[in-house]
Amino acid sequence: MSIILLIEQILNGLQFGVMLFLMAAGLTLIFGVMGLINLAHGSLYMIGAFAAAAGAAATGSFVLGLIAALMAAALFGALIELTVIRRLYARDHLDQVLATFALILIFSEATRWVFGSFPLFLDTPDFLSGTVTLPGGILYSKYRLAIILIGLAVAVGLFLLISKTRVGMRIRAGENDREMIGALGVDISVLYTMVFALGAALAGLSGALVGAIQSVEVGMGEPVLILAFVVIVIGGIGSIKGALAGAILVGLTDTLGRTLLPVLFASFMEPSAATSVGSALASMLIYILMAGVLLFKPTGLFGSA
Amino acid sequence: MTMKFTALAAAALAMTFGNAALADAHSGKVKIGLITTLTGGGAALGIDTRDGFMLAIDQAANDAVEVVVEDDQRKPDIAVQVADKMIQSDKVDILTGIVWSNLALAVAPAANAQGKFYVSTNAAPAQLAGKGCNKDYFAVSYQNDNLHEAAGAHAKASGYTNTFILAPNYPAGQDSLTGFKRQYGGALAGELYTKLGQTDYAAEIAQIRASDADSIFFFLPGGMGISFLKQFADSGIDLPVIGPAFSFDQTILPAVGDSALGVHNTSQWNKDIDNAANKAFVEGFEEAYGRLPSLYAAQAYDTANLILSAAAKADIADHDAFRAALKEADFDSVRGKFSFGNNNHPIQDIYVREVIKEGDVYTNKIISTVLTDHQDVYAAECGLSN
Repeated sequence: MSIILLIEQILNGLQFGVMLFLMAAGLTLIFGVMGLINLAHGSLYMIGAFAAAAGAAATGSFVLGLIAALMAAALFGALIELTVIRRLYARDHLDQVLATFALILIFSEATRWVFGSFPLFLDTPDFLSGTVTLPGGILYSKYRLAIILIGLAVAVGLFLLISKTRVGMRIRAGENDREMIGALGVDISVLYTMVFALGAALAGLSGALVGAIQSVEVGMGEPVLILAFVVIVIGGIGSIKGALAGAILVGLTDTLGRTLLPVLFASFMEPSAATSVGSALASMLIYILMAGVLLFKPTGLFGSA
Repeated sequence: MTMKFTALAAAALAMTFGNAALADAHSGKVKIGLITTLTGGGAALGIDTRDGFMLAIDQAANDAVEVVVEDDQRKPDIAVQVADKMIQSDKVDILTGIVWSNLALAVAPAANAQGKFYVSTNAAPAQLAGKGCNKDYFAVSYQNDNLHEAAGAHAKASGYTNTFILAPNYPAGQDSLTGFKRQYGGALAGELYTKLGQTDYAAEIAQIRASDADSIFFFLPGGMGISFLKQFADSGIDLPVIGPAFSFDQTILPAVGDSALGVHNTSQWNKDIDNAANKAFVEGFEEAYGRLPSLYAAQAYDTANLILSAAAKADIADHDAFRAALKEADFDSVRGKFSFGNNNHPIQDIYVREVIKEGDVYTNKIISTVLTDHQDVYAAECGLSN
């Protein structure tokens, strides 16, 4: 395996990780502040992708589609927080899982009702299609490079929001002591709706960005949701820093495992069997990683006990 | 004189029995249970299956045939439950409609064991074509390997000598690559199994770029194919791509867009096959549903017409006669010629299609016939005879 291929695969892993971070950040924020397990987060990802596809088809502009995705996801996020989620904070996790699972079914069938069962079309914008030559002669997709940059920008933005602003201070306070912040006169319900809408918008952004290079279809959110849960468990539930580290770790492990393991097995096995065993093991790798992390750090890499 | 008399008697006897059978055919009502995926992932395929099937039933306007439709949610356990319910409380005679091989494997043998026919509109795994074949199990679509074998034959005929092949890591994916290699015979630039349901192919595309492949064969049905094609087109790699029809079907092409243009894919049907049955099907489908039919719809339409043809010939109460009528395949297939081999799987021509743009619509056109009167390799292992 050449160095160029290895660097390209590391970039691919990074891009996958950054995409997972956008999903996991919202999930971990909502869990950290409200103590809520939100299975419907994958539906918000799907809503983002569908809104982007519909917006781009109507206006012809990818950027407007992206804005539509952010707005639609935030709007639906706020809407379900006000109508359903709000009633769940005081309940135990099992009730939350049940109710948000019902939301998945409702959103999936409603989307099918509005858009039909057939996948929608969403393409990368012209100014980001094709490849760019990186130093060292590496050909890399412009669009994937843009995803990496957008993801890192969001990570920095979130960090600044949480550590430097008044809203961020309240979010941190909310994580530490929910009752006390309410007693101090902060309108906790407005804060909750805002945090939920922010998490939803991030999921929508992720869905819209990924929708352009994948298929925009009903049920696209659930596989990503599972990975996002793996990420926040590895990173430590409630920690944004942990979500970033966990996402990059999962992205790199998955991508490099998929390429390197079959090559490794091929060195002492017949090629056909090596690909089959190698890829089977590669698909387990992130779960092995999760088990390994939990063995040594039961609360995750950046989790607090 | 004696000879002549015997012949006459035989003819009279045949007439009598023939008339009796004809009379019975109108007394027994055929009840069909259509189990397919109508919600969740892959619902587009099930909806096309149902719509194609019901189009043929509606066109025939035959009161002696009744269809019950239910959703399997693409889950084997649900499919088994629905099948049990259809057999026990709806009292269906024939089951059909399952899209996915793992679901068909869970339902078809059990239905056969209870004395019901299973006529497949799509799934036709190797397990049910060879040693596990059953006289009451018919596949109208193909045997699963067929389109992949055709892709291999096309790669060979196109002079490719170093193809990069990839498929998802599950039974149908492994069958796909085996089927391709069976007819291809050249060297492989690489062989990859991806995760089932994988949507990001950056790692695989990087490996294709780094290899010295002269062509690519892939089998990635549904959303996986959409993702792969879009990402491949974006990678700037300029190599010819071949695949089975599944990734270039009418249900998928609108979502892929320009990325699929010019790709060669193999299929036993296309909307431009020139015969009256196909014309009635394509026009009827567009009129009824306002979209172009897919391969799944075409296969379901053929399945319904096969069952209708058997119902016109034999009484469903006479199980053996009905089976014989099914096996005759005396219906106008949208594919043109169609017959069953000894294992109740089709013997048919397979074509190479190219993805084109007709006005604003992405669709396929046939460019050549790659395999003529093709039969699957498992037929030899099946104990049934013609």
